[in-house]
Amino acid sequence: MSNTRQSAGYSAWRAPVLFAILAVLFVLEGTVNNTMFSGSWNTSLAILNMGLLSAITALGVNMQWGYAGLFNVGVVGFLAMGALAPVLVSLPPVEGAWQAGGPRLLAALAVGVGVLAIAKLVWTRTRSGIAIAVILLAGFFAYRFLFDPAVIAIENNNPARHGNIGGLGLPVLLSWAVGGLFAAAAAWAIGKVALGLRSDYLAIATLGIGEIIVAVMKNEDWLARGVKNITSIPRPVAYEVDLQNNAEFVAVAKDWGFQAAEASGIWVKLSYMSLFLVVLLVLILLAELALKSPWGRMMRAIRDNETAAEAMGKDVTRRHLQVFILGSAVIGIAGAMMVTLDGLLTPTSYNPLRYTFLIWVMVIVGGSGNNWGAVLGAVTIWFLWIKVEVWGPALIGMLTAPMPDGDLKMHLLDSAPHMRFIAMGLVLLLVLRFAPRGLLPEK
Amino acid sequence: MDFLNALVVFLNFVFIPAAAYGAQLALGALGVTLVYGILRFSNFAHGDTMAFGTAVVILVTWGLQAMGISLGPLPTALLALPFGIAATAMLVLLTDKAVYKFYRVKKAAPIILVMASVGVMFVMNGLTRLLIGVSEYRFDDGERFIINVRDFREWSGLPEGLALRSTQALTLVVAVIVVIALFYFLNRTKSGKAMRAYSDNEDLALLSGIDPERVVRMTWIIAASLATIAGTLYGLDKSFKAFNYFQILMPIFAAAIVGGLGNPLGAIAGGFLVAFSEVAVTYPWVKIVGYIAPWYEPSGLMQLLGTEYKFAVSFVILIVVLLFRPTGLFRGKSA
Repeated sequence: MSNTRQSAGYSAWRAPVLFAILAVLFVLEGTVNNTMFSGSWNTSLAILNMGLLSAITALGVNMQWGYAGLFNVGVVGFLAMGALAPVLVSLPPVEGAWQAGGPRLLAALAVGVGVLAIAKLVWTRTRSGIAIAVILLAGFFAYRFLFDPAVIAIENNNPARHGNIGGLGLPVLLSWAVGGLFAAAAAWAIGKVALGLRSDYLAIATLGIGEIIVAVMKNEDWLARGVKNITSIPRPVAYEVDLQNNAEFVAVAKDWGFQAAEASGIWVKLSYMSLFLVVLLVLILLAELALKSPWGRMMRAIRDNETAAEAMGKDVTRRHLQVFILGSAVIGIAGAMMVTLDGLLTPTSYNPLRYTFLIWVMVIVGGSGNNWGAVLGAVTIWFLWIKVEVWGPALIGMLTAPMPDGDLKMHLLDSAPHMRFIAMGLVLLLVLRFAPRGLLPEK
Repeated sequence: MDFLNALVVFLNFVFIPAAAYGAQLALGALGVTLVYGILRFSNFAHGDTMAFGTAVVILVTWGLQAMGISLGPLPTALLALPFGIAATAMLVLLTDKAVYKFYRVKKAAPIILVMASVGVMFVMNGLTRLLIGVSEYRFDDGERFIINVRDFREWSGLPEGLALRSTQALTLVVAVIVVIALFYFLNRTKSGKAMRAYSDNEDLALLSGIDPERVVRMTWIIAASLATIAGTLYGLDKSFKAFNYFQILMPIFAAAIVGGLGNPLGAIAGGFLVAFSEVAVTYPWVKIVGYIAPWYEPSGLMQLLGTEYKFAVSFVILIVVLLFRPTGLFRGKSA
């Protein structure tokens, strides 16, 4: 990989200038109203907030790819894993759900994990395939024996409104950290299996785990109501309605020349933005400190030449596992934050093209190995992704305007949304080939 | 005890569907494994190559149907297949020239090629959507059944029916022909031998005067043909929906790795192994058990996993193989 990561200096002004251009775009989106921009601060800030969350996700992916050269194709799964945390931690407990089957459910999960642990132990001691098969088969039936009735009981508990196990009623900010832990646990399991083998295996294994986690979220109604969605996840910031009923807030908004409704939206979004910025900056600070420490130098040494690093006595597989878990934890935190921002969990929206591959485009475009690059790439690509939805059809409409009305014109107009995929794929391929070090190359 | 009925149910709901699905997976996995053997990377765009090829086949099928051309009892799609293969081969050769060749010449790390294939996947996905849209299409025509349930019941006098859809039989027949042709090519022709030599040892193959670019071109053409055939058979058997071809990537990779990446025989075995496990694990066995052991009255459906988790089956198989035998059952390229 040495040929794509040659270090060459670039102007110290490059990063500030690029960030400034990005900021101008957001200001234009907030103030200018024409065919290109909406002229609404609410829209502008909404894009920015999601962009910041994408930036945190990209930061996690960048740790895995940029620091260690690990290709994680299951980003969507780790985001979904994190997204479960607000549901399980911060929703109020569901009445009767725990009594219906809580202990039995926990017992089932404990048995499941226990069986796997015993199987592992037996394997290391005896190396007997038959013993493992017997243990796993018996364990599976024991698990289902405990699990199935508990699930039926929980799902029958007020199915129209709940039918899920409910949360613990703890603060939603806490759930962000828990989301990180959930994703880290999944990463540990998958990394333990797939790391240390050929590099494509991790990619394929993460592709699989990503799909499975999303499938679990869609189908296990007891966990998060499946496709019936979870709504009203508690917010860490004020509600628009409360602000609009607050005389003081309305008066201040009026001084600034805003309607109460608009101002309350902006205020809520600004509050989210500050929270996200704090998390993002703390994560960047930690990541930068880690990267500049002996640990970071070791990681880069491993990435650039595994054989040499191994010869120096570094345990490559172990380091890879470590950084894979750390990166996934960051992705999990972002997943929990996304659900908090939306206030609802919709498992059907977890689409790998949007949540895995778009993130990858962000990291590659931004500059793999550079944390600020990941942030820049994420916010830029997210802005474009949203705006291309508007610009694409407009552009195609303009291009096809001279064409005679007919099937072909209709087809082209209809297919404008699909252009996004082609555009993203082309951006990825072009950057990978002609500017493999991205907008902000690694120093 | 009623073995005959149990057997009929088993054939109807487990064996025949799994065999057809297995053949489709095997053809898909063959493509992945060949690309891996020659170009040495896992091609994430393979699922979307299948989708693209199938989309072209469907469009040509519609065209042929509009012209009133049909194959009688066979689906018109068979007639459209060569067009689909040609278009897909062209597209794939173009991507090789525009994308992969650069990294190949540079001898970039395999993971960079994997990533490039993700970019290609995006573009192909978009192209397929442009061509045909995101809706679900059924494009099988001709005779629907070779054996249908009512005839079978009348013939056998059993309460259980057996159906053999023509698409399922067709899948198996086409798969057998394709596999025989492929193995003949690989083992008996000069070009095939050159390919295997290149796959075994690139440098030695170069020294013996094998033209690497020609080998790569042949690989892509074969992979594109296999992808189009597999995709069309899958679409005929079930239905065509672009997103399904992204999801089928997981079982295909599992099949290729189980059989040992780079090993064509292994890919076929892997395809059937994954398909049979998937169907067996997600099939509710209660009816069959009812016939074999009528005294036993199970409480549930006797289904090990819900059908929504069928992709988990291929994943678990993949994990088990990675844990215990990372080179695959048939010893593919080293881990």
